[in-house]
Amino acid sequence: MHSLKHAFAYPVAMLLFVASASAADSNTIIIKKFMFNPMDVTVTAGTDVTWENQDGEPHTVVSLTNDFRSQALDEKDKFTHRFDKPGTYKYLCSIHPKMVGTITVVAK
Amino acid sequence: MTDNFHPSRRRALQCMAFGGAGTLFTLSGGILTPVALAQGAADKVTGVPLFLQISDTHIGFNKEANPDVPGTLKQTIALVNAMKARPALTIHTGDITHLSKAAEFDTANQLLMDLKAGELHTVPGEHDVTDGMGTEYFGRFGKASDNRGYYSFDHQGVHFIGLVNVMNFKPNGLGGFGADQLAWLKADLAARSSSTPIVVFAHMPMWTIQESWGWGTGDAEEALSYLRRFGSVTVLNGHIHQIVQKVEGNITFHTARSTAYPQPQAGQGDGPGPLVVPAGQLQHMLGVTSIRLQKHHLALSDTTLA
Repeated sequence: MHSLKHAFAYPVAMLLFVASASAADSNTIIIKKFMFNPMDVTVTAGTDVTWENQDGEPHTVVSLTNDFRSQALDEKDKFTHRFDKPGTYKYLCSIHPKMVGTITVVAK
Repeated sequence: MTDNFHPSRRRALQCMAFGGAGTLFTLSGGILTPVALAQGAADKVTGVPLFLQISDTHIGFNKEANPDVPGTLKQTIALVNAMKARPALTIHTGDITHLSKAAEFDTANQLLMDLKAGELHTVPGEHDVTDGMGTEYFGRFGKASDNRGYYSFDHQGVHFIGLVNVMNFKPNGLGGFGADQLAWLKADLAARSSSTPIVVFAHMPMWTIQESWGWGTGDAEEALSYLRRFGSVTVLNGHIHQIVQKVEGNITFHTARSTAYPQPQAGQGDGPGPLVVPAGQLQHMLGVTSIRLQKHHLALSDTTLA
């Protein structure tokens, strides 16, 4: 939630930050304690986003608009998807639909 | 979050205290009476052994909460095969596998073939259909339902209905049946006499036990509205790996234990994941449910592995 607020408040600063300092970190979403962390991520078009499950319970990453879908990710399993088209991509865990997240893709 | 229970739900949860080894639940005139059983006393219960419920076998799980899930399923099967009067059919209320993998389904099938408790009927759990279309599940178990997953059949005068509430999830939502399945259910029940005993089985609980954990079915109320006119309705679910039950009018709701691993009580901890218990405790928290028809009542009997 925090990253989304920041993205709206300081879009230019956020993009510069992503592009330079910690691009790798901000493109990895950790799944832990039944949460996607961070829940909201903004990337530039053409970026790979990786999810890693750190729970003992499996989770999935499933687009609400059928744009991407992981298999069931067991503990330590990863799933990567490249986001080429700008837009807002909402997703959930199909095993625990309380778990939701959003990837916002902005043009390069 | 954890204390938002309805008083009636709190009472239902207290019923878990009765869920020890060899507890018999007899439904009589709409009142559920738990009776503690001595070892082996289940065999003395009169009535026709109708069917067995097995649930949440989670083949493929191998973490700390139970590194040998095929082993505890084998123990469960041995327990059932040793029963003096074995049920004539078995229902599996889903999460046959942990990750919907072909190899997990193959192992589950192979193990369940040794179960000497009649024909096996299944409904999928959300762990069985993580591939989206449920290709692996339907390839093996789709025939009974013409690949819809939901279907009905009759056995010894009881009408059985298997429903799917794990393929219609909405963000932040509970399990769901969806409009097509509800229309099918309404039509399936329309021609039946209200005196027909009904057994409904589906993976996720058909009443809300813990909303924030997704332990419920969002459109269950619609399904229940078709069922209320019947004199005896038994709703059997899995998913939560522990016994929780309640009675509402003529409808008895009951969730079964898993054969794989326990889960925390509703709202205790981070989420509905595997619960690691002290050595020696696991077998007391795994088991099966057998259901007898006693005149017009269904009596539920829960048995643990130890």
